[in-house]
Amino acid sequence: MIATPFLDLLHLAWPELFLDITALVVVALDLLVLRRRSVALRFSFAAAFTALGCAIAIIAILTRPIDGGVFGGILVGSPLIRTVQVLILLVTIACALISTRSDFTEHVGEFFLLLLLATEGALTLVATTDLLVIFVSLELLSLSLYAMAAADKRSKRAAEAGLKYFLFGGMSAAFLLFGFSLLYGATGSTSLPVIASSLHTLTPLVAIAIVMTAIGFGFKVAAAPLHFWAPDVYQSAPAPAAAFIASVSKIASFFVFFELLHAALGPVAGSAAWGHFGAGWSPVIAVLAACSMVLGNLTALVQTSVRRLLAYSAIAHAGYMLVAMIAGTPESLAALLYYVFTYALTTVGIFALVAIVERNVGSDSLSSFNGLVRRAPFLAICLFIFFLSLAGIPPLSGFFAKFFLFTAALASPGGLGLLWLVILAIAMSAVSLFYYLQVLKRAFVTPAEEGAPEFEVPWFTQAVIGVLALLTLLFGCAPNLLLSWFEHMM
Amino acid sequence: MLAWTIYISMGAAALLLLLPRRSAQAARVVALAAAIGGFVVALLGFLAQRPGETVTVVRVPWVPTLGIEYHLAADGISASLVLLTGVVAITGVLFSWNIEERAKEFFAFFLLLIGSVYGVFLSWDLFLLFVFYEIVIIPKYFLITIWGSTRKEYGAMKLAIYSFVGSAMVLVGLIAAYVVAGEHSLSLDVLAGHYFPQHFQMWAFPLVFVGFAILAGLWPFHTWAPTGHVAAPTAASMLLAGVVMKLGAYGCLRVAMTLFPLGMAPWGFHFLGFGSWRDVFSILAVIGIVYGATVAMVQKDFKFVIGYSSVSHMGFITLGLMTLNLTGVTGAVMQMISHGLLAGLLFAVVGRMVYARTHTREFSKLGPMHLNKVIPFAAVTFIIAGMASMGLPGFSGFIAEMMILLGAWKAFPMLAALTGVGIVLGVVYVWRAMQKAFFAGDSQGATQPPGEYHEPIPPITLPEKLAAGILIASSICVGVYPQFLLRVIQPALNSPLFAALHNGGWQ
Repeated sequence: MIATPFLDLLHLAWPELFLDITALVVVALDLLVLRRRSVALRFSFAAAFTALGCAIAIIAILTRPIDGGVFGGILVGSPLIRTVQVLILLVTIACALISTRSDFTEHVGEFFLLLLLATEGALTLVATTDLLVIFVSLELLSLSLYAMAAADKRSKRAAEAGLKYFLFGGMSAAFLLFGFSLLYGATGSTSLPVIASSLHTLTPLVAIAIVMTAIGFGFKVAAAPLHFWAPDVYQSAPAPAAAFIASVSKIASFFVFFELLHAALGPVAGSAAWGHFGAGWSPVIAVLAACSMVLGNLTALVQTSVRRLLAYSAIAHAGYMLVAMIAGTPESLAALLYYVFTYALTTVGIFALVAIVERNVGSDSLSSFNGLVRRAPFLAICLFIFFLSLAGIPPLSGFFAKFFLFTAALASPGGLGLLWLVILAIAMSAVSLFYYLQVLKRAFVTPAEEGAPEFEVPWFTQAVIGVLALLTLLFGCAPNLLLSWFEHMM
Repeated sequence: MLAWTIYISMGAAALLLLLPRRSAQAARVVALAAAIGGFVVALLGFLAQRPGETVTVVRVPWVPTLGIEYHLAADGISASLVLLTGVVAITGVLFSWNIEERAKEFFAFFLLLIGSVYGVFLSWDLFLLFVFYEIVIIPKYFLITIWGSTRKEYGAMKLAIYSFVGSAMVLVGLIAAYVVAGEHSLSLDVLAGHYFPQHFQMWAFPLVFVGFAILAGLWPFHTWAPTGHVAAPTAASMLLAGVVMKLGAYGCLRVAMTLFPLGMAPWGFHFLGFGSWRDVFSILAVIGIVYGATVAMVQKDFKFVIGYSSVSHMGFITLGLMTLNLTGVTGAVMQMISHGLLAGLLFAVVGRMVYARTHTREFSKLGPMHLNKVIPFAAVTFIIAGMASMGLPGFSGFIAEMMILLGAWKAFPMLAALTGVGIVLGVVYVWRAMQKAFFAGDSQGATQPPGEYHEPIPPITLPEKLAAGILIASSICVGVYPQFLLRVIQPALNSPLFAALHNGGWQ
């Protein structure tokens, strides 16, 4: 028997270990030292330590690059994986930093423990080529998220959202597991490359497995028609939890979904080209994408709660990103990563902003943004940048992300057949301008009520939001900063 | 050097945001200085422009991964339109001198708009062109919805959605062209030199052309224009009609026609009498000319008359482009400039000189005010602007419409005759509006309840006179000595960039 490569395993799991240690330190500090201090202070400390832990994990990833896998691909290292891990950790840091001065729960340590465990789940999720580990990591991520969504115990709606998220999530996990087990049954292996080499034709068994898997991941990325949890969770979860669900969880899920489809199920891709549909997973994804774009954008038009609006806009964005999934070239993966990362930064910024508005006005309805430009000019400018980026207005990152994504999708071999999806996506993003402008109109045009005071904004949160807005602008003006890095890694 | 037009405008917009909140005067001065600065740069650039030459201003890689460059360049057409933008920008600031509410933000949006317009005219990389083209939408929306009047939120949203749908169509066309060409470049020269398969051009051309033409007010996609113009504050309607609609026309010429010239070739069959996209668009243009003029004839609102007259005049541009001969296309470019000056002037008279003083634009209410006696300057300005836009010799409108008609006569004699009807109708609506707004006092005075308006009407201010003077002088200048524009415009149309057009039926 070959010597078990435990040392390699340890090296590969180095960043995850740091996160574990950080989690324990955060809980211990919070429970032992800061127990009697104010909740806001405890949040600040815990957030700072969490961010620090993530930063150390990033350094660990960058300074000890190890390529190759252990135990037949249970844990794998590659430049690409490390890139995705760094992206995940960066966004986690942003999520942690926007939660300073929060007060939604007394269980501060536990909240950050869950946050770090979810991040760890995301890290292992992207760093494996084994179905079982994918499933286990996904569950670690999801279970932490269910609890985070319901962390605000004083709010009934948060509890309801958490429960709904849990029930839907549990069901979709069952579908996913069923799909994986069918794949195992059809190929006799849980390793992605082995599955790919033993899959040749689309048998009914594999077809069912594909549908089941698509359901499982469709739920994670909130693609219609598997999106029902999203509006409730986005609306009721505490802002940092909602931001995390909308950003980090998306990055990891999209990446692993892409890898799964192309590394394991590549031979049964089929075709989603207009007029030349071929059985496989491409048409399934194309249907999910089309449904998400149409349903997300049209439903968002009538929302009055900004958080629900964001949820439907997230569904629409998931639809756009799924287009890149079908193309499956390295360029489209780079485009997908660029899209999901810049989108994650923007979303985190928006949730931080919405949280401030909620704290000052007490609601996230459209009308609570009235006169934002007078009440908090700096935040209004950031809101302007975030929402126009989501709408895809240049020179913000959202525009370039769309451009790159659609170009990469069309430029893939046989990609011109995807033109129908691209046309649908661009047409739908024209619709989306309407509801994004609704929010901006409230902020810039509609005056606030008489005598409405200026907002009280913690300077640190404001700085974080400012940095996120700046990054949204920067990555839009100089997309090469990210792109050349991604290309280098592939 | 021309790149500084963009930087000055955008930089001043950013500077305005940093100014203290309550100083409207400082905001105006900064805006005026930036507009003048932009104009001076534009003028120097224009004077330095040699016929037939394309001057590269800046060319650096921007996104090497996709072969996108930050490439600004100018040929005669760009230089002329940049010059127009400079003039309209200065007069726009002068006519906005009365803005007190949130002046700082107003001028910031104004200059952002101006800067992007300069950007569109100067972009030689299609991605860059598209970026500037889309940035334009946002300041437009906010200028109208914050400072506008009459159903401003509806007008602004309609305009934003129409523009965005148009640019979405352009985006689809651009991405498809980029992918199909496979040249790893979005440079105008490269793509215009690439031979796209005809079946591709046959759908890409109408897609991109219509995408741009929506902004150029092509019938039946023009409906945003009257509502948007009417809702907009004076300076914004001046910019909208003066330069923003020109962006659409410019895009039609610069992008749609140069990239996909074969899209204008005959289909090889006839459908409802149409044999090619060229037929379709020229018919639409003529319908726009006649329809716009007819509708302008029966309006009760002064500003709607001007709004519909813009649709009519923009129809001339599309018609000129579709003639596909040197005279017609040159005429189209001349009309862009001429209409830019005259629409600005007309909107300024209606929006600033009249509406801002009387708070009404209804002819029935304006009539009894004896405006010809109260503000004679406005009346005189409107008469001059009206004569110019009717196409009286000596003004810019004459030379432009003349060239378009000559071109159309060569290409489609029937349509040229119909267009003549549109010109006659143009005389009618201008005359009617002039009579009803300024000279109706005596004849209708008896039937109106007297003493309804006690508020004294303030006299015309210096900035207004100055700006009106600039616009009239420019129009006369173009009308009397068109050669200074034709000198650079005609050689530009014969440059290699437009060479491919000759395959599409150029005569």
